[in-house]
Amino acid sequence: MAAYALYVLRRSGQFVLVVFVGINIAFFVTHATPIDPITAAIAAATRFSQADPQAVQLTREALRELYGLQGNLWQQYVVFWMRVARADFGPSLSAFPTPVSTLIWRALPWTFGLLSVATLISWGLGNLLGGLAGYYRRNVPLKLVGVVASGLQPIPNYVMAFIVLVLFGYVWPILPITGSSQINLPQGWTLAYFQSVFQHALLPVLSLVLVGTGAWFIGMRALVSNIVTEDYVAYAELGGVDRWRILISYVMRNALLTQVTGLALSLGLIFNGAVITEVVFGYPGLGNLLIRAVYAGDYSLVIGIASTSIIAVAFAALVIDLVLPLLDPRVRVA
Amino acid sequence: MRQSGRDNGSTVGPHPPPEGAPALSVDNLRAYYLTHYFGVEREVRAVDDISLVVRRNEIYGLAGESSCGKTTFLKTVAAAVRPPLSVIGGSVQYAFLDRDLYALNPAKLSAIRWRRLSYITQGSMNVLNPVRRVRESFIDFAYRHMGLKRRPFFAAVNEHLQRLHLAASVLDAYPHELSGGMKQRVTIALATICRPEFIIADEPTTALDVIVQKDVLAMIREAQQQIGSSMLFVTHDMTVHANIADRLGIMYAGRLVEEAPTADIFANPKHPYTAHLVASLPRIGEQSRKESLSGAPPNLANPPSGCRFHPRCPLAMEVCREASPALTTLAPGRRVACYAASPLVKPSPTAERVAGATHRAERVGLVQ
Amino acid sequence: MLRILKDLFRYNREFSLGAILILLVVAISLASFLSPYPSGMQYVVPFDAPPSWDHPFGTNSRGQDVFWQLTFAIRNSLLFGTAVALLSRLIAIVVGLTSGYVGGMVDSVLMSINDTFVVFPPFPILVLVYFIFKDHMSWALLAVAMACLGWAYDARLIRSMALSLRTREFTTQSLFSGMSTGQILAEEHLPYVLPIVFATTMNNINWSIGLEVTLSVIGFTNIDTPTIGTMIYWANQHTALVAGVWWWIAFPVGLVIITFVGLYLLSVSMNEYIDPRSRLSGMGGAA
Ligand SMILES: Nc1ncnc2c1ncn2[C@@H]1O[C@H](COP(=O)(O)OP(=O)(O)OP(=O)(O)O)[C@@H](O)[C@H]1O
Ligand code: SF4
Ligand SMILES: [Mg+2]
Repeated sequence: MAAYALYVLRRSGQFVLVVFVGINIAFFVTHATPIDPITAAIAAATRFSQADPQAVQLTREALRELYGLQGNLWQQYVVFWMRVARADFGPSLSAFPTPVSTLIWRALPWTFGLLSVATLISWGLGNLLGGLAGYYRRNVPLKLVGVVASGLQPIPNYVMAFIVLVLFGYVWPILPITGSSQINLPQGWTLAYFQSVFQHALLPVLSLVLVGTGAWFIGMRALVSNIVTEDYVAYAELGGVDRWRILISYVMRNALLTQVTGLALSLGLIFNGAVITEVVFGYPGLGNLLIRAVYAGDYSLVIGIASTSIIAVAFAALVIDLVLPLLDPRVRVA
Repeated sequence: MRQSGRDNGSTVGPHPPPEGAPALSVDNLRAYYLTHYFGVEREVRAVDDISLVVRRNEIYGLAGESSCGKTTFLKTVAAAVRPPLSVIGGSVQYAFLDRDLYALNPAKLSAIRWRRLSYITQGSMNVLNPVRRVRESFIDFAYRHMGLKRRPFFAAVNEHLQRLHLAASVLDAYPHELSGGMKQRVTIALATICRPEFIIADEPTTALDVIVQKDVLAMIREAQQQIGSSMLFVTHDMTVHANIADRLGIMYAGRLVEEAPTADIFANPKHPYTAHLVASLPRIGEQSRKESLSGAPPNLANPPSGCRFHPRCPLAMEVCREASPALTTLAPGRRVACYAASPLVKPSPTAERVAGATHRAERVGLVQ
Repeated sequence: MLRILKDLFRYNREFSLGAILILLVVAISLASFLSPYPSGMQYVVPFDAPPSWDHPFGTNSRGQDVFWQLTFAIRNSLLFGTAVALLSRLIAIVVGLTSGYVGGMVDSVLMSINDTFVVFPPFPILVLVYFIFKDHMSWALLAVAMACLGWAYDARLIRSMALSLRTREFTTQSLFSGMSTGQILAEEHLPYVLPIVFATTMNNINWSIGLEVTLSVIGFTNIDTPTIGTMIYWANQHTALVAGVWWWIAFPVGLVIITFVGLYLLSVSMNEYIDPRSRLSGMGGAA
């Protein structure tokens, strides 16, 4: 138990480090620019529309306070951190006066939903099929799955989402290709709404699952074809232990740990894929919000989303890592 | 039907087994590693024409320097053959089977494993699943064979562990919580719990320190005697053999070169290689440095012609270079393959390669 | 080295297929030097002509020949991917070898930093960078930014390799023979690490081309440099799919997928060469 506590402490330290470095990058990137970000941002935001002058003034002040040129660099730095700590990035420029944090909170559930559903499916399916393929190496259907996975896995999320969009939006238009639900449908706990949400999620999830499953499949197959050469598997086969028992309790069970670690390590990439997919399908999550913020020149929103992304991913990785030792009797926590 | 008295739980039953009846007969067994990697084909003749008999109730020791093919031989007689290893020819007959080992279908094979034939593999330190408790391993390996309900099954397991001087608490441990010696014992317990007629053990004590090793050896001997089973025991360590084996076979470069009761081997080795093995044993009060064998063990992918030992043999003659000596019975229970040992030894009648025997390769991979 | 490549080509299906695909892609990119039209030039051919003998991949709504445009685009994309990969390899090798070889405190600190970079989602950070630099956003700046985000995974892989190398005999011998740490790393360890580096390079090129495409399609790079991404960007701007100019999209997407699969196969075959027992998984290295 003491060992686990130590592990939690160490791992939390790593989390703090990630957040610290990430927020610092956000800070220094925004301060490394030769251009005055605030003027640029406001110019960009007011390029096409006549913004409320009061809004512009307020934003200018908010921006000045947050990243602007009030006080010396050190003071700016401290203020920035205080804002981050309070999750308060000021008002959004493009949706004035809604605070940035409200916008982010609104978008976060969609990203979280899309990401977790797609990840659960691809992780589960990829590991299951990959495990089978690594174990039954001569099985022809599984070999074919392997070939398909090798073809899908290297395709980046954007390109895959784009292909899925073209296929189901233009070539064979059977599913909605944009948004999270039918536009005129009121949000609420109605069946129609859920149905619509489900339908709208299908394509984004599909495109994430196609790439993700391929990646997990290939990782798991490689892992399992190593595990089957381990003494304890060879011995169990020799001992006539039930095939399914070997597959599940000997092979898969031992691969599980590595694959959970892998999940924690690839959260950054998975998150990346999810926000990119949102962009393609106009899904109202963080990714889409981020792109719209950039187009609208919404400085505080961009910074807010970048910081939130870093913290959210680091936190999810922390959670997985904390669960990890509970899965393995050889708690390698020290 | 099996006839050993062990069904009654004791070694002395109403019909004691006839002493000396064969439990395992191996005839002209050949098993090669056939590899092709980046277009280069290689054939490692790790078991090349071996014939031997293991009798009931005896421990047959197999000795020889590293990489002479001991493990390969065991794999072959345990039907643990998987690519790149393949059986090229020969037969493996167990007394408890009505046919050749390699004529069994996978289901039959699986039915005899651990029930009648168990195998303690080399490096048995790592044969326990690291994420499974020892208790579960016992269920996995033995439950289906014992034909008992859970409770009596674990009662039997507990009793067996006690016999092997293991506390019942090991059942709840994970392998990494056990010491190396304990792991060895658990493995041996696992291999003997079903009271198999035949036990194959590959260096089960090599990784242990001398004290523990002695313990484990005593335990193996005890278990074997209690069950009344036969055992094929491999180690390159001659002192271990001196302690445990009833009879000894000496392997050199994929072949059996000498076989005799253990005491005879040590007292009067006939083959120059055996003589070297025995002479290099440390003896109390001996001061002189051991004479080491010159040269390296032969490459089994391209073994020397004639007697495979001839490049290193102090007694090598002209004939040794040309024709391989046959393993010849010199006296009851005493076989040797060396021209210098006796004029009775003639060149081996079997050609280097037995034509038409390759059909055997089709039947490999039963474990797969 | 040449013989290894020849052997791989002959006996490893993944390698030969990957090599053929990549050679094809490189050949297309080299064809850009023969282009009858300069790269950025618009309105030099008829609009929206479907694939024909004169214009095998058709022409687009900006009056460009899609095939020749594609040769420039893939050349720039490949160059970009290679630049990012080389830069990030430099970081990964230095961090990985130092960490694995020096060990101790240095190792802990470097790996802490490494694990930090592993969990960063690159896309939001790159968008942030674009947002700040906007029109100052150059090819080189993007490459540097991506390289800074793309080394961590592989540094760990190289470190574990170095760790196992450190315990080998020749390291001790080299130490006794008075070689400096730098010399040992460069002369003794690098050759063992290079195959892994090669495999990760292929993966990294994939990764960076993919990200570049993503950023470009949204318009977050210098859209006047023809790359695969900016080609799709302009096609989208002209709603090529709705207008039925499918060849404007299909050929760049097809070509970039060939690139991805080719590079991936090369990296897989290299992993197999390193570990003939089975394929290494990139993720396994982290456990
Ligand atoms: N999987 C394999 N592929 C190719 N050759 C192999 C393989 N396994 C073993 N060999 C070769 O077969 C020969 C015999 O090996 P084996 O394991 O039977 O030796 P051994 O007598 O048990 O040695 P040790 O005392 O070291 O355990 C060796 O030359 C070895 O190189
Ligand atoms: S046969 Fe010849 S070479 Fe072989 S052991 Fe006997 S004497 Fe030596
Ligand atoms: Mg062996």
